[in-house]
Amino acid sequence: MSDLATSPAAVPGRAHSPVGDTLVMIRRAVRLSRRNIDALLTAVLLPAMIMLLFVYLFGGAIRTSTEYVNYALPGVLVLCTGFVSAQTAVAVTQDLQEGIVDRFRSMDIGGAAILAGHVAASVVRTVWAGVVMLAVALLIGFRPDANAFEWLAALGIVQLFVLAVSWLAAVFGLLSRTPEGANGFAFFLMFLPYPSSAFVPIETMPGWLRPIAEHQPVTPVIETLRGLLIGMPGTDRAGVAVLWCTGIVLAAVAVAAVLFRRRTS
Amino acid sequence: MTTDLAIEVAGLRKSFGELSVLSGVEFGVARGSVFALLGPNGSGKTTTVRILATLIRADAGHARIDGLDLVRDRHRVRRRISLTGQYAAIDGLQTGEENLRMMARLCGLRGGWARQRAAELLERFDLTGAGNRLVRTYSGGMRRRLDLAASLVGQPSVIFLDEPTTGLDVRSRQAMWEVVTSLTDSGVTVFLTTQYLEEADRLADRVAVLDGGRVLAEGTADELKERVAGQLLDLVTVDSAAFAAVTRALGDRAVALDRAALSVAVPTDGTAAHVRTLLDELDPGRQLLRRFSIRTATLDDAFIALTGHTATTPQPEKESARV
Repeated sequence: MSDLATSPAAVPGRAHSPVGDTLVMIRRAVRLSRRNIDALLTAVLLPAMIMLLFVYLFGGAIRTSTEYVNYALPGVLVLCTGFVSAQTAVAVTQDLQEGIVDRFRSMDIGGAAILAGHVAASVVRTVWAGVVMLAVALLIGFRPDANAFEWLAALGIVQLFVLAVSWLAAVFGLLSRTPEGANGFAFFLMFLPYPSSAFVPIETMPGWLRPIAEHQPVTPVIETLRGLLIGMPGTDRAGVAVLWCTGIVLAAVAVAAVLFRRRTS
Repeated sequence: MTTDLAIEVAGLRKSFGELSVLSGVEFGVARGSVFALLGPNGSGKTTTVRILATLIRADAGHARIDGLDLVRDRHRVRRRISLTGQYAAIDGLQTGEENLRMMARLCGLRGGWARQRAAELLERFDLTGAGNRLVRTYSGGMRRRLDLAASLVGQPSVIFLDEPTTGLDVRSRQAMWEVVTSLTDSGVTVFLTTQYLEEADRLADRVAVLDGGRVLAEGTADELKERVAGQLLDLVTVDSAAFAAVTRALGDRAVALDRAALSVAVPTDGTAAHVRTLLDELDPGRQLLRRFSIRTATLDDAFIALTGHTATTPQPEKESARV
């Protein structure tokens, strides 16, 4: 066709690449997330509050084999990073609702880039939440017993968990019609760690609950963290934890791809 | 041939479940022109735009943009179009400049180029002073301007504007109209939807009237007006009984019924003889009519004559025109 030569799309330096698009989307989502003051405060304050709540209010009544702050930290870490990553659902729903996704799609930007942006922002947010939490924990007596390798491994496991929750949250965001609805996912995530070994030893739970608590995905993550950070037994469950998280990431990415297509056509 | 048409649409159909939204839409849009799709809420305007902007697929029919098939060549189509929807698709938590720079990057412009393009567009849309403010502090009119600026970043050849002035105050609407007019100076094709007849009249080279999922008429605003008549005789009746009698006598000829104002219009050629004949026929006893005036038909009149109801609210008493 002759009109190709005069194509007005011939912008200097034009190069449309999925990787480039994803990087732009990541920058966007991180920036939006940083400027969302409410969410940011929640991400930073909530972990500190929960930490203090468990250690000073409940800690005295719960008997564990180690100082309670040491026992509870992995659970609080998982609860809070889970809660913070679950806010990905709200960001995804908002994007769909505000029509910016339509514009991106009409510019040939794929759903993968848009969702990956939000997931990346979630990872950044949880790093902040994690830093604050560790600082508070150290102040109130948390004494980790981990070498550099164990710290790195712990960080890796937390990030894998954050990825799993964030992608799951993206799926939930694609299913929700309103940001308020999407927020419900964060509450679900908030309660998921309770029936696990996060705050009380599983042996103290009623018999019917124990198998659930034992086998739900949060438990191996927490036990692995405990093993790595304070040297309690649990590192043997690292494989299960990694399998759970990787499985959830893969499944959620696949479901998100299908849902994105369905939601936007 | 295909080269002078920027948009060609034939036999477009779309249903959502049981609900048929488009039932065989056809039209063509000349390159470099402004085309308005005029219709009331729910007539299928937005669905048509979403199909043409490659966001959804039609169930049947085909459409081409710059000669490229919407489905087969959709990636190439997407590089030539831009979409500005009913709701501003920009981030409230980014500044105007950041929004534009992001769009520029997504269009493949590198750092310095992206910055330059953003600055150019801020300047052109009179937003330079607000460029470093968060968009959520913008007024409705500024938001729309930025939204339109964002859609121009990639230098599209076809621009879709879905109800570009809905919800804007009079001054912002005027400003928006000026912007749209200036777009065609640079040779782009503008496809806009609107429920405001005045807007279509002001901006569009050609207008298509969409109602109930089909194009009822297409032509220049003047051609559409002439379909009703060059002139209209406006009649104001004395009371509601007189209004009923006159509209009954007029039957199908009645154009702009307004029960509240007790007024109705009837096409005329404007000659004294014809007006006299009409008045005598409708009001032989000289009791029913209070006042009359002659005016040139508006697009409003054409719209009502074509669809059987007004552009904004359907009129319950006259629903025969839907075929």
